[in-house]
Order: sequence, then structure tokens, then C-alpha cells
Amino acid sequence: MDSATRQHGFAQALLHPGALVPPGLTGARGTADAARFAVYRNNVHVGLTRALAQRFIVTERLVGAEFFAGMARAYVGGCKPASPLLMHYGDDFPDFIADFAPAATLPYLADVARLEAAWTRAYHAADAAPLALARLAGLAPEEMAGLTLRAHPSATLLHSAHPVGAIWAAHQGATVTPVESWNAETVLVVRPDMAVSVHVLPPGDGPFAARLLAGHALGEAAEAALAVDPGFDFGTALVGLLTLSAFSDMQQGDVP
Amino acid sequence: MNRSTLALALAGSLTAALAGAAFAAPLAPEKMAGNEKCYGIALKGQNDCAAGPGTSCAGTSTMDYQGNAWKAVPKGTCVTMKGGSHMGSLTPIKS
Repeated sequence: MDSATRQHGFAQALLHPGALVPPGLTGARGTADAARFAVYRNNVHVGLTRALAQRFIVTERLVGAEFFAGMARAYVGGCKPASPLLMHYGDDFPDFIADFAPAATLPYLADVARLEAAWTRAYHAADAAPLALARLAGLAPEEMAGLTLRAHPSATLLHSAHPVGAIWAAHQGATVTPVESWNAETVLVVRPDMAVSVHVLPPGDGPFAARLLAGHALGEAAEAALAVDPGFDFGTALVGLLTLSAFSDMQQGDVP
Repeated sequence: MNRSTLALALAGSLTAALAGAAFAAPLAPEKMAGNEKCYGIALKGQNDCAAGPGTSCAGTSTMDYQGNAWKAVPKGTCVTMKGGSHMGSLTPIKS
């Protein structure tokens, strides 16, 4: 048996509770020990479940440890890490939560998990100097419409029909404060320097920010926002997004 | 809106916003930091240590039953979230 086949067999035996101990794997007496292998298998499973709990802290607080453990177990059963870097594990856990029937009573839960996934991604994203406000100052009017901005490597924009930012913020202290104002929120998660920051954007600026972060030109993003709200303040929104460090660069034409 | 009208509108709006941001070239980094409060609500996070999993060793003594027969209901802080539709009802879990 070659090494790849052996590894594959070992992995398969780990993933399936009913599987036999991989051939050739024996205890000190030279025989296969199913109980010992089950301990190892259990540790892998528990480790992954714990990994999710470490990443999705607010999500766990919202539903309680027991519910979270059950939900995480169901996810781990069907989704194993795609990368040896455990910090990425659970990137699609929010999507799983969205379809997880027992959590349907909490329609905001998946979006809170999305915020937490974005937080960890921002934490581990590449460092980049934010686009300086000074670079906007020298622009000629005719240069502006065709300008595209490069999203900061750590930036994630999350739009939710629920107050995800407020819910997340309410869970940052020891005591949870009730969320009084139940509105849709667009949240920007970004790490300009060492600390991840989470901001709730002004209502109405979300679609503009989303278009810019997706690489659409300034003129196009502004026109779309103006079409929805003729009073849309382009300058304030753009300067605001830059001061929040949403972008790392800008250029004429499409983002390469 | 035609192209040149749009360009002028954008330029005017941007000029006004830059002026409002107390912008003066060259802009010092500490001034930029102060502008952050002007736009968007900064939410204070305390979980700076939550760098994600993989930084500590998971426990090895937990018995995981991997069962589908699971009857947990959400009973964490979600009950304090006013606008959620969670009613605390006991929902049977289908495996």
C-alpha cells in the first residue's frame, strides 16, 4: 500500500464513525483496537466542534452552548476542513446555519455568524496601507467617474435585514444589552492596522459601498445610489468610507 | 444625468465633503484617525483575542455522541433580543 492510499484510508476511517480501524494500525499487542481508534476519531470531531465555538463566540452566546454544540456537530459531520489552517474552518458555517431548520426561529443568527466569520478573516488578512484621503484631493472632475477603488484586503461588507452590528456589539461585554432598535444594517468589517474594526454604515450608503467594493467605477456607483435616493451625499459617503479604511488603492479603469 | 453633469456633481460633492473633514494637505495620520467618528457607527469589540481556532489545544476528554437525536432549543441570550422571532418554544428536532 502506498503512502497516499494509506493516508486516504486513515482519513476515511476517521470521518466515518462506523468505519473499521485502518489496516496495519495496531496496538502494542499487534491487533487492531477499535475502542482506541474511536477515542482518536472522537478527538478530531470534538476539536473541530470547539474550533467553531472559538470562532463564533457571539453565535454561541445567542443560542447557548448546548444548542451551539449540536449545530456545530451537525456541521462537522458533513463538512471537514478544506485547509490545514484551522482559522479558515467554518467559512461556510453561516450558510449552514441559514439552512439549519432548528435555528429558523432566529432569522438573524446566520448574519451574526457571517459578521464573526468576516472578523476572523479580517484579522488574518494581508496587511495593507489604507488609501489616503489626500489622494482624492488632487482629482480633476473628469477623472472621477471612471475611477475604481481596490477593496482593502481585510474589508468585508455585510448587509443584513437585521441589526447584526447592534446584536454583535451587545455581546461584547459580560452583560448583554437588549437591542432596542430593530432595523436593517450594513456593516463594514476592516482591519486598517492591528485591530479589527466593525462599523455600521449610515442607512442608504450600503449599496454605494457594495458597488465600490465590488470594483464598479465611482460614477456608476454614485448614479445607482442617486437613482434610489436623489439626496444621496456622494462626497460624504466616499470620504467616510476612506476614513474607515475600506480601500487600499485606486486607479482609472477596472481593478486589475 | 449626462457624463459632464455627473462629473461636476461628484466633484462638487467631494470637495464639500473633504472640506467638512477638516482636510488640509498634507494630511497627518492622526487627523485621519479623528475623522473616523464622523461616518458610520464604530462598534467596540472586546474579543481581540478571538483570532480564531487553532491557537489552543482542544480538550480531549469530551465524549461526543455524534447522534442525530438532538433536542436542544436556542436558550442563550437570544431570548433578550427583542425583535427576533424566537419565542422560546420547544421545537422538536428532526434528524
